[in-house]
Amino acid sequence: MKTEEAFSESGLDWAAFLKALYLLGVVLFVATPLVATVLGGFKSLGELRTNPFGLPQVWEWSNYADILLSRRYWQLLQNSMIISTFTVILTLITASMAAFVFAHISFFGRSMLLNYITMGLLFPAATAILPLFIKVRDLGLLDHYLGVILPQVAFSLAMSILLLRRFFKELPEELLEAALVDGCSYFNFFRYVTLPLSRPILATVGTITFVHSWNAYLVPLVMLNSDKQYPWPMGIMIYQGEFSAEWHLILAFITLTLLPTIILFLFAQKHIVAGLTSGAVKG
Amino acid sequence: MLMTRKPYDAGKLTALLLFLPPALLLFTLFVVMPIGEAAWYSGFNWNGFGTPKNWIGWDNYRFVFDNKAFGTAFKNNLLIIVVSLLVQLPLALSLALILARAFKGAVMLRMLFFMPYILAEIATGLIFSFVYDGDFGLLAAIYRQFGAQAPHLLASPDTSMLAILLVIVWKYFGFHMMLFIAALQGMDKNLVEAARVDGANRWQILRHIIIPLLRPTIKLSIFFAIVGSLQLFDLIMPLTRGGPADSSHTMVSFLYNFGVMRMRVGFGSAVGVILFVICVTFAFSYKKWFMRDED
Repeated sequence: MKTEEAFSESGLDWAAFLKALYLLGVVLFVATPLVATVLGGFKSLGELRTNPFGLPQVWEWSNYADILLSRRYWQLLQNSMIISTFTVILTLITASMAAFVFAHISFFGRSMLLNYITMGLLFPAATAILPLFIKVRDLGLLDHYLGVILPQVAFSLAMSILLLRRFFKELPEELLEAALVDGCSYFNFFRYVTLPLSRPILATVGTITFVHSWNAYLVPLVMLNSDKQYPWPMGIMIYQGEFSAEWHLILAFITLTLLPTIILFLFAQKHIVAGLTSGAVKG
Repeated sequence: MLMTRKPYDAGKLTALLLFLPPALLLFTLFVVMPIGEAAWYSGFNWNGFGTPKNWIGWDNYRFVFDNKAFGTAFKNNLLIIVVSLLVQLPLALSLALILARAFKGAVMLRMLFFMPYILAEIATGLIFSFVYDGDFGLLAAIYRQFGAQAPHLLASPDTSMLAILLVIVWKYFGFHMMLFIAALQGMDKNLVEAARVDGANRWQILRHIIIPLLRPTIKLSIFFAIVGSLQLFDLIMPLTRGGPADSSHTMVSFLYNFGVMRMRVGFGSAVGVILFVICVTFAFSYKKWFMRDED
């Protein structure tokens, strides 16, 4: 009995040890490139070459400071912020209105229209990027924030409507019935009952739309032509092109452009994880 | 038109006419119409200016299929799927099994592993072009430790795709891990407990209870891996731009490089239509064959 216990005990320890080793391996795999990037921004180019992993011997604060004091960096963040914010607002407004109709109002062709919207989940924006470019050009929106915002809204509608509709449907139907009998209009019900009750899902849909828009590259790349409008992923590619071998500056620039994402992640973790994995739950 | 006859029918109609059009209009204009137009443009030799006039029928499709780089791109997309299934999925699942339980640090590790997923592909690609850089990169430093000359992984057609595959695993395994963790936490623990009481060991429990219960999630994870592969573009640009010698294109980066950059609207549209057909066929058949039993 005693030996058996000891055996299983030591067996457990082995399992735990291997597990810890495995986790440590993955932590190193994930964290090393990130940590090296942040630290690399504090080094001189010479030191980066001889000591890419370790702490800097001399902390070159000026790499970061120069970027933070440059107009360029803030211009990029501002462009991204404008594009992402408007994408989120427009997505939330249009998607929640449509989702409200799909959830609460029965009319001829409803399920057909819903299937029509669901089609948007089936293919990426890239498939029709050339006709999209021509359409945006013909609308006169090339080189304009709207030329990026409107397609992004359109492509985030399908997922957003499905998520919002599922949530709206779970709100008690009696609430709507009662309100309508009392003479409340659909619009007022939507505005004063549905939306306030739906804050969690609105936050989730808003966060996921924001992250997608903030990180997007292809649509802005095709639609924008002047660096006054470029969002940060385009800006950082151009920066890398200009400073091709000066990795210490590029790493500092990468770190600073990732900073907003990481801050958002720390504050809105719950919504980000819920939102980005919510495609998992079928609507 | 309206199915119920109640005093608030008029309000209903107003709501319909007020709430539905904005979304439908945007969706139709920027998502549905471009796909139809792609099918139309793909019959022309057109540089995008004026109206398309030079009708060439199916020629663009022939050009696409005759293009060696497209063949490579297609193969690369398949390769990404294979690696997702053979490397990424087991990695994600095994980590989820460890991290689904609550222990000190589990939440932090989950967040750390999920983090690469929310970083922009462009930034990730740049970080790894530093990692792989033959002069300044992390890999070069490791090689130097052993007194060896570092290979320029991204600069050789033989290794460029391999290097990209590693970045893909790095970036996306955390997402799949989170899917599995969510599923594991929603799982009925009584089953596992009952099996344990009946004397099943850990391996048996995993093999005969947990994995079968995870089947819907595994299918979903595979679905996302394939869809993700079919739209992979952003990561390719900072790493290789599809090169060297067109060795590391995906279908989307092929489309960008040969269609958008050269403003060959007909040719690029043909690639888009092919990609669209692949995506839709895949989505429908996958749903039909693999996901019908779970609802």
